[in-house]
Order: sequence, then C-alpha cells, then structure tokens
Amino acid sequence: MDLNHSQQNNLASSTNPAAIHAESLCRHYRMGESVIRAVDGVSLSVRPGEFVALLGSSGSGKSSVLNLIAGLDHPTSGNVVVHGRNLAQLSRVELAHYRLYTVGMVFQSFNLIASMTIAENVELPMRFAEVDRAKRDHLTHEALTRVGLQARMKHRPSELSGGEQQRTALARALINHPKLLLADEPTGNLDSRTGTEIMNMVRQFNQQLGMTVVVVTHERALAERYAERLIFLADGKVVGEEVNPALTAAAEGARR
Amino acid sequence: MKLPDLAELAMRNLRESLLRNSLTTIGISVGVASLVAMLSLGIGLQQLASRRLMKSGLFDTVVVTSRRDLRNFGHEEEHNGPTPGESRILDESVRQQIERMPNVVEAYPDIRFITELRYDNKPHMTMVAALPSSAKSNDAFESMQGHFFSSDIAAEVVIQKTFAEELLGKTPKPGVDDTNVAQLAAPLLGKELTMRYAQRQAPPATVSTASAATSDNDEEDDEDDEDDFAGAAYSVVSRELKLKIVGVADLDPESMRGPTRARVFLPLKLAESLHVMQPTDLREISRAASDQPVYSSVSVHVKHPSQIRAVEDSIKKMGFNTFSILDATRSLQQFFAVLDLFLGIFGSLALAVASIGIVNTLVMAILERRREIGIMKAIGASDEDVKKLFFAEAGAMGLLGGIVGVVLGWAIGHVINFGTNIYLNHQSLPPEHFWYVPLWLVGAAILFAFIVSLLSGLYPAGRAARLDPVQALRYE
Repeated sequence: MDLNHSQQNNLASSTNPAAIHAESLCRHYRMGESVIRAVDGVSLSVRPGEFVALLGSSGSGKSSVLNLIAGLDHPTSGNVVVHGRNLAQLSRVELAHYRLYTVGMVFQSFNLIASMTIAENVELPMRFAEVDRAKRDHLTHEALTRVGLQARMKHRPSELSGGEQQRTALARALINHPKLLLADEPTGNLDSRTGTEIMNMVRQFNQQLGMTVVVVTHERALAERYAERLIFLADGKVVGEEVNPALTAAAEGARR
Repeated sequence: MKLPDLAELAMRNLRESLLRNSLTTIGISVGVASLVAMLSLGIGLQQLASRRLMKSGLFDTVVVTSRRDLRNFGHEEEHNGPTPGESRILDESVRQQIERMPNVVEAYPDIRFITELRYDNKPHMTMVAALPSSAKSNDAFESMQGHFFSSDIAAEVVIQKTFAEELLGKTPKPGVDDTNVAQLAAPLLGKELTMRYAQRQAPPATVSTASAATSDNDEEDDEDDEDDFAGAAYSVVSRELKLKIVGVADLDPESMRGPTRARVFLPLKLAESLHVMQPTDLREISRAASDQPVYSSVSVHVKHPSQIRAVEDSIKKMGFNTFSILDATRSLQQFFAVLDLFLGIFGSLALAVASIGIVNTLVMAILERRREIGIMKAIGASDEDVKKLFFAEAGAMGLLGGIVGVVLGWAIGHVINFGTNIYLNHQSLPPEHFWYVPLWLVGAAILFAFIVSLLSGLYPAGRAARLDPVQALRYE
C-alpha cells in the first residue's frame, strides 16, 4: 500500500496513545453544605508534542484541570491518563515520581524558593531525583545558559526581575527532561514584552525538545499566537475547541 | 533524597530562621547540660566513694582462715569440703601458694597480739598488729603525722591517735573527735616504746628432730602418739624490744576504715621475726617444732575488687575459709544506681521541656514554609522527602544542642567542683574530685538529645508530609 506523508502522519497519530487523555473528569469541593464543581465532566485529549491552551475566565476550572493533569490533585471521579498511566490509580509515591520525571510546571507567581539562589532552585528537582552532585552542577549551568541566566546563578529570586524569575522557573521545570510542560498563567505577572519572551521560549522547547505543552491562560490573543489548539472552559466544563490551522500545519511540519 | 543533600538543605533551613532555631537549640543544650551535670555528679560521687573504699584496702582483700580455726564467717563452709579436723593448716607454704595465684598482689599473715608497751616507765596494754609495706598507700595513713616505716624490718611503730593520747595521759571527750593529731605527734615522734611480748621458741635440737620426723608422717600420728605430742612442745620466753615511734595515724580504731582494730602497728617482717606467741600456736601445738610458721589468718590483696570472687573460690577449693567485705558494697552499688536513675530523671525533665520547644519550632516552620513545601511537592518531592527534611532539621538541632549541652554540662560541673573545693578549703578539708564525665556519658547524652529531637520531629514531619500541595501553593 502506497501512502502519502499526510496519510502516514494521520495513521501514526491515531495509533499513538494520547499524551493526555481525560475522560469525564470531575473535581468537586465541599464547602459547608454546598458542593463546588470546579471541574465537572471534562473530557479532552492532547497528542504527544502538541501545544494546547486552556482558555477561560476566572473560576472556569482551567487551573483545576491543570492540577489534575499535573498529579497535584486527585479527581473526584473520571480518569486522566498521561502517557498510558491513569493518575487516579497512582499512589502518593507514584504521583511524586510522576511529577518529578514526567511533568514540568510553571506558575503565574513563579514559585521559586526565596531562600535559595536561582542555581539552587533549578538544582532542587535533581536533588529529589538523587542525581550526582557533579552532574547536577553541569546540568544546572546548562539549563540556566539555555534561558540566558548563566551570569545570575548566585542571585536570589528577589534580586531578579519577573521575567528572569519565570525563566528560572522554566529552567527548573525542564531540568529532569519531562515529557509534559504545564504552565499556569505563565505571563500573568509579566508585562507584554516579557510575556512574549517567555512564551517564545516555551514554544522553542515545545518544538526543539518535542515536549507536550498545556498552557492555562485567560488571554485569547496570546493563546492564538502560540497554541495549536484552544480548549475553552466555563463552569468546569469544556464549552468549545478551536484548532489554529496555521500553527498546526507549522507544528506538524516541524515535528516531521 | 540523599543524606548529604538532606543535611545541606536542613542546615540551610535552620540558618534561615537563625534566632528561633538558635533559641530552640539552646533549650536542648540546657536540657542536655542539666542531664550531664546531674549524671556526672552521681557518677563522680560513686567514683569518689569507690576510690575511698578501694584505698581503704577493705574491698580488694580476702581474709583467709583455716577451717581448723572453727571461726567461720559464713556457715556454708561448715557443710561443704573437709571437716575442721581434716582441713589443712594455714602455714607459710599455703601463704606462698596463694601469693602465686593469678591476680593476687600479695598475701601476708595477719599477725596481731595483745601485749604491754611501756612508755615513760608506765605500762599500757593494747592490741599490736603487723602491717605490710603496701599498707603505706592505705588512706588510713593519708593524714598521718611523721612517716611510715623506713623498712620492713625497722624497729619502728606507727601508733594510733587514741593510743598517743593515752601515752600522753590525755582523756578524749567521749563522742567528740576534736583531736589535733599534729599536736599529739610533736612530743611523741622519735621517742621510744618498750614492747614486752611472749616469744615462742623452738624446743632443744633433739626434740625438734623427733617432732619433725613425726610431723612428716600424717595427722593421725599427732593424736595417737602421746609421747611425740609431749616432745613436740615449745617454750615461751618473755622478751623486750625497743621501738621508735615514727608516725601517729589519724585513724579511728572503731571505724571499718582501718585495716585492723589495733592501736600500734609494726612492720610485717619485723613482727614475723619476733615469733610472738599466736592463738593458733596453742591449737597447732603438734606442729610447733615445724620450720613453717603457722598463721591464724592471711590477708590476700587482689589487683581489683572484680577479681575477689575468683580468688576466693580458688582459695576455698584449697580447703580454707575466706571472707571479703565486697558483698557489703553491693547495697552501696544499688544505692548509687538508684541515685543515678533519679538524677537522670531530673536531668531529663529539662530535655523533655526542650523537646516541646522543638515541636513548637517545627510546627511554626511548617506554617511559615507551607508554600515552600507545596513548591517542593509540585516539582517532585515525595511525602517521604518532606518528612525526612523536617526530621533532619529536628535531628540537626538535637545533635548541635547535644554537643553544646555536653560542653555546657562539663563546664557547669567544673565550676561546681571548683566552688565546692573553695568551700572545703575554707573548712580546712582536703579538696575532692567528685565530678566525672565519662566518655560514654558524652556519647550517650548526644545520642539521647538526637533521639529525643527526632521523636519531637515525628509529629511536625508527618504533618508537613501530609500537606496538600494545591492548598499549600495557594497559601500566601
């Protein structure tokens, strides 16, 4: 059988397991008598290497979905399968292992440890992974060079600008070579220029390292500029999905 | 997480809240110091008592008597081993045999007799005892005026203070011991005493040979042959010997500290050479002509009190009765064990209070570092990693507090010892070293502080490990 490139690619995509597959995902919180349905039956699928944006207003449940994908939270019901592993069935130890090796996270408020230098912050996941000290030093330097902060290694987060802090957080997220980069409003605390700079970096890692990226944002323009697919959430439910044809084609080209 | 990383992160975290963690560590130090101080005092006092008792010569000495003596200290021997009639005589060969035993320093005959001593032409009756040269280190002669015997055969005596008072015609107040030994010794040192004593003399040569021949045979001969029995007799001659007073001992004859209850002491070799009539001579009359001196008892000096039992057993196997005062120390050891226990409990109370400080500090740290714990979990730290980190911080505070505490406790002890010695000096008493920090206590105190700290860290570490990362990350 003679198949053209596009057909081959489609077949590969359909036979390849999804990087992220969520089905009827629910996360309900009880507050006194009332139940808050932060995530209420979300089903979505993300292909390996895809750049997806979760869009929605405040309280739409986008961050809660991200926390469930990150293995930081347990679903009330439903499943979230990442690279063939159902997170709902993992133990606390397995979830920690999953967060350490499979996921890299970036937050709106950077979440760097203030008492540590940026090199120590970047090095921290490697301490949990029990990487040798000599190797750690080399990898930390390499990661900070990649985000352009090799000259600031001994600085503490408070001595850095917001953009530099987020670059440090990116370097830390990528240090254990995860398959998944999850970013929760990564530009929320940054000016537009710095935000663009950070998003360019995220796209660069997505394309160069082939990692799957899920970005949570409320800025549609930003999502349209970088994401191949936009998933809209409201009241804990998926209310819409848009494919960004230009970026999808470019990304497919890059992946080939 | 690897141990070096854990230690590094723990130390970093401790440095971040330096004041609070220092105060907690000081709390532990004070607890450990109080524990070390209390136990060192108990151990020091125990050692002081042991040292004193060891120096008294009572606790490393076994008194050996013949069963023929019928003077058993315990009743056990009466039912075991040979009957008194069948048992061996305690003579010079036995003494030498005992002296050759392992762990025996010396075995010397217990020579004592009541006799008359003349001073200034006045007669004084008293008990005279012979002392080996090793008795010089006995604490009974520690505060003696004058000096110990110049040699083992010197015609010298050391007299006891009450005898000195008697010689000088003084009458001490009953129950009041305010004697100034130096004042007593001044007029007496270098003066002469004339001792009159009953010397046992061997019978004429012909009789001696006959009796020697019979004694070579067997014991039953002694009882069967009445003629030999009569022929083996010895004569007793009254003798006089001039003795120089060289020392006056500040020794209470009524106390157990003295090696004997005698009031006049002679050098051992001199006493042996005098052949003073001994009570055993009457019983062992059949052996009177033997070349071997016979003793009523032999004192065996053992290297260490712990070897007393083995030496006693060996001597008992030879068919002799033994007695040592070591059994009496068991109640003393029990007393010190209880004292140490109580002091340890009181000392530990401060450490218990300090451990609450650790719990408080770490619980506060969890509140302060809630977000940090959330971040660590988000980037891959397991519950175990977080728990270990808090354990490491508790352990580091315990270890550091333990080390500082031991040094502090040691210093406190020395200050107390120093202060007490100033007081003792003020009271004209000799200084004492009643403070002792053994190496095992140093190790045990640090280990104890470490373990108590780890136990204190159990609850905070568990709480930190269980923190929900999503909640923790929301915490501002």
